[in-house]
Amino acid sequence: MIEHEATYDNDIGSAPVAIDLRHCAKTFANGALALEPTDLSIAAGETIVFLGPSGCGKTTTLRLIAGLEQPDRGGSVLFDGVDVTALPIERRHIGMVFQSYALFPNMTVAENIGYGLRIRRVPAPQRRTRIGEMLEMMRIGQLADRRIDQLSGGQRQRVALARALAVRPRAFLLDEPLTALDAKLRDTLRVEIDALLRSLQITTVYVTHDQDEAMALGDRIVVMDHGRIAQIGRPQEIYRRPATPFVADFIGTMNHLAGRMDNGRFICPAGSLTCPGLGNGTREIMFRPEHAELAAVDKAGSLSGTVTAAFFLGDRMRLFIDVGASRPVILDSREQRDFRHGERVSLNIDTEAILAF
Amino acid sequence: MTARILFLAQLIFTLLVCAFLLLPVILSMLAGLTVNYVAGLSSGLTLHWVNEVWSGYRSTIFLSLALAICCLIVTLLLGVPLAYVLARSQGRVARAIEELIVMPVAIPGLATALALIVTYGGLHGFRTSPAFILVGHVLFTLPFMVRSVVAVLSVVDLPMLEEGAASLGAGFGRRFVDVVLPNCRHGILAGALMVITLSMGEFNMTWLLHTPLTKTLPVGLADAYASLRLEIGSAYTVIFFIMIMPLLLAIQMLARPRIRTFNAGAKND
Repeated sequence: MIEHEATYDNDIGSAPVAIDLRHCAKTFANGALALEPTDLSIAAGETIVFLGPSGCGKTTTLRLIAGLEQPDRGGSVLFDGVDVTALPIERRHIGMVFQSYALFPNMTVAENIGYGLRIRRVPAPQRRTRIGEMLEMMRIGQLADRRIDQLSGGQRQRVALARALAVRPRAFLLDEPLTALDAKLRDTLRVEIDALLRSLQITTVYVTHDQDEAMALGDRIVVMDHGRIAQIGRPQEIYRRPATPFVADFIGTMNHLAGRMDNGRFICPAGSLTCPGLGNGTREIMFRPEHAELAAVDKAGSLSGTVTAAFFLGDRMRLFIDVGASRPVILDSREQRDFRHGERVSLNIDTEAILAF
Repeated sequence: MTARILFLAQLIFTLLVCAFLLLPVILSMLAGLTVNYVAGLSSGLTLHWVNEVWSGYRSTIFLSLALAICCLIVTLLLGVPLAYVLARSQGRVARAIEELIVMPVAIPGLATALALIVTYGGLHGFRTSPAFILVGHVLFTLPFMVRSVVAVLSVVDLPMLEEGAASLGAGFGRRFVDVVLPNCRHGILAGALMVITLSMGEFNMTWLLHTPLTKTLPVGLADAYASLRLEIGSAYTVIFFIMIMPLLLAIQMLARPRIRTFNAGAKND
């Protein structure tokens, strides 16, 4: 507590912190293993997104960084190389945005934003200035005296962001901050948060199950599955070169085809493809919709199938094509015409882009 | 048309019920202000009986007030932290405690009082002091405070609010004062009203616990009704009413949210 006050008085903006997780595992009281031993380094100023389905351990990892949970014995959390494992959240000087915002209903918007400053005994005039800055930054100046229950979801979100950032935290942690909002507002706020993070250059850890959010915001994405890190990488890397079938499936849309290799050719019920790069043991190939296109019917080296569904997406048609596999192949066609249900089509696949595990 | 008839019927029914409930109160209070109850209002109005009660039973009124306020203080100090712990813990032990704490309400007051006398009656200084009655009142009123605070706390997402406060640097003490207490204010208020009214009016237990020197208002009222004129007892009721109404209103006032505005504050800086 004391050292925080001291650091705050002469700070113009706390320097962003590098965060290291060393061998952090988390077992809950009921014996469930929420996080397997995990090592992770987050660079100062970086925005990192934890992405995964519910129960994958992403929120647990965030709470370990925040200090809301303690790692199992042997794990440690380091801020700029200093072990903060034993420090509770109130001593870590972080800013956090919760999924349901955790705004104080007994305080006005301005009081909520100023609360962290009040705790740090920032004198009233400076506090007022800072609250004013935050209100302006989030463009909610007119809401200063409102009570929390008088705000819409998007306004609450802005207050939560302002409150967490008012104390100039060393790291900014967000736990599914947009999940409670409707789709349109989510898009708007995603753009705003992106601009905010770029301008602040603050170390940010963002938890989401929404891949669009992750792609848009993350310098790097940590894809998590069953309490383990499945892959870490820049959004493009994760999309183009998924490390595991789980990542391939979780990010974007992925087509699956089961079959077998024969002499450098992949044979499946719908036809065969020349894939010299694939191993002989390949049982399944994957490719994204953008790597397949419609071809002239019965052209050699293409797969054939029948259209089972077609959705108009404005600039293109999304087609679901039955190729005799367990799941239909999805592809986007630029052809501006109506597709009949049951229509026979052929498709070419960019064999360079085929993934196999 | 039928809607109007229905409305009128409901109105009349409501007014009749109100009259049924209020009439005894009004008659009783009037009785305390009439010269002769048997002769009726025609005998004239007087403050004589009220004066008589005031001079003879003043001490019981102040003792009751003091007991109610002490009882409120003790139940606040014990009950609010206890409610907080119960609301935060999910275990079976917490639920068991929540049930157990209601026992003094279910058990007849006379039984509780007897148990207290049997156990602590030997401690002479304690037995003859008002603190002995206070113990009984706290036992009886604590569950009302705990329950109403727990009820409010279970509606607000307390762990989340506390995590929010902690993330902004607030240690346990600050969180409790800044976030927990203000957000269970309505529960505390409801509990406080219950505690004050129950303690002021408690008779069962107090009747056994009191000594001639530690008589409370309801015990004095019973004495008055049993041994003196009906007008005295009724005048007593009048005083009781006059005492408790401002007290309850004051508590209501305390609970009103303070309003501070960001921009108004700016001018003061």
